[in-house]
This record gives sequence, C-alpha cells and structure tokens, in this order.
Amino acid sequence: MESTLDSVNKAEEIANQMAAQAGLDEDTRTGVSMAVREAMINAILHGNAYDPGKRVNLTFEQNGRDLIVTISDEGKGFQPEEVPDPLAPENLLKQSGRGIFLMRAFMDEVRFRKLSSGTEITLIKRLQRSDLDRQEAST
Amino acid sequence: MSMKASTRQVDGVTIVDLSGRITLGEGSVILRDTVKDLLSKGQKKILLNLGDVSYIDSSGIGELVSAFTSVRNQGGELKLLHLTKKVHDLLQITKLYTVFDVKDDEAGAITAFA
Repeated sequence: MESTLDSVNKAEEIANQMAAQAGLDEDTRTGVSMAVREAMINAILHGNAYDPGKRVNLTFEQNGRDLIVTISDEGKGFQPEEVPDPLAPENLLKQSGRGIFLMRAFMDEVRFRKLSSGTEITLIKRLQRSDLDRQEAST
Repeated sequence: MSMKASTRQVDGVTIVDLSGRITLGEGSVILRDTVKDLLSKGQKKILLNLGDVSYIDSSGIGELVSAFTSVRNQGGELKLLHLTKKVHDLLQITKLYTVFDVKDDEAGAITAFA
C-alpha cells in the first residue's frame, strides 16, 4: 500500500471486514480495526514518513484460533520499549504517544520485529469459541 | 464520514457541536482550527459536544488533550459533553476520563463554567 492517509483508512475498513469474517462481535471488531489503524499510522507517519517511494505491506491470516495481522514499513525503525508510558502522570497530557498502547489494549499480543529496512508489527487476536461458532454459521 | 464542527453561544459559553470522526488528518485539523479560532476571539469557555462523534483515534485523542491544555493555558475552561460509549471507553483506558470535565447534560454543563 502507498504511504498515504488513504491507506490508513482503507486498512481500517479491511480490518473491520476481516474481523467480521472471523466472527468477532462489534465491540471487538472496533478494537481490532483501531489497532490496525494505529499500526498503519505508525508505519506511514513515523516509519515511512509519507515518503511516496516507500510502501507498507499489510497481511491478514487466520491460523487456528488466531487472527494475525502484520504491517511492515520501510522506515528507519524504532525501539518500542523506548516509547514513554502514556498512562504515567507526567505523560497524560502529551499530545502523542498512545498508538502502541492502544494496539496492546485491543489485541491479545503485539510483536515488533526489526527488518533489514523497516519494522514489522504483528497483531494477534485470539478467537473465542463463540467467535468460531459465528464464523462457522456465516460460511 | 468526515468531521463537521459548528459553534453556538449559550450564556457566554461556546458550544462546539462535532460530528463524524476525529482522526488523523482532516478531523483532527478541524478540531484544532476551531479551538484556535475561538481562543483568538477571546472565547475561552468551550464545551465540546461529542454526542455525534462516532470514532476517535490516537491522533484525535491527542487533539482533545491539546485543545484542553491550550484553553487552560489561556485561563479558560474546556469541558466535554455527551460522550458515546466508544469515546467514553477510550478515555477510560487512556486514563483521560478524569482529566477532562465530562458532562451528560448541556444545561448543567453551562452552569458549571465559572
């Protein structure tokens, strides 16, 4: 995908559709699509810095009970552990720095991997029995 | 759905009725410009009506925080009105619910301004 704001919105829409296909309820779908939106913002704004020559790769897969989303950019990379805790009293009124927190809040697992050029974020949502039942009923 | 903002005056308080999504890009910019414009006109009692705001991302949250601190730094007050469940939950998990003065009733919110 191109490093544009339009790609962020498109990825969020796709995430919502994929989450619906996976059988997730509306609240959980909103959380998953928000996590994907935040990861895309991270990739496009902080990673690729809107560089039209750099792309973002977005993939979705379901592996057993896991809905797995990966987002990779071609940016300089960053150290997620160096991002300040947005819930710390001294950071509460900061304008930015909540994206990774929101990804972690809405997903069961969030992983970061440094690539030779860029960063890959993996977002994992574990599907519950009820999600799988809904998924089966809709297919 | 893009964001829209309109303002009205009630008893010296500026109510900003927002609708749509406050997200990275247009939504955040509209909110920023609206608050900046009000402050430049000396309107420092601001009530943001979020009743029709369907969605806020981290950029939108940042913009709300920035609006709050800008108004406060100029000696004014900014309150939030009519949060939807999604926005309420988002402010709870980011620990901002207690930072903002959140109201459910417009008349009550207006009288709460100093």
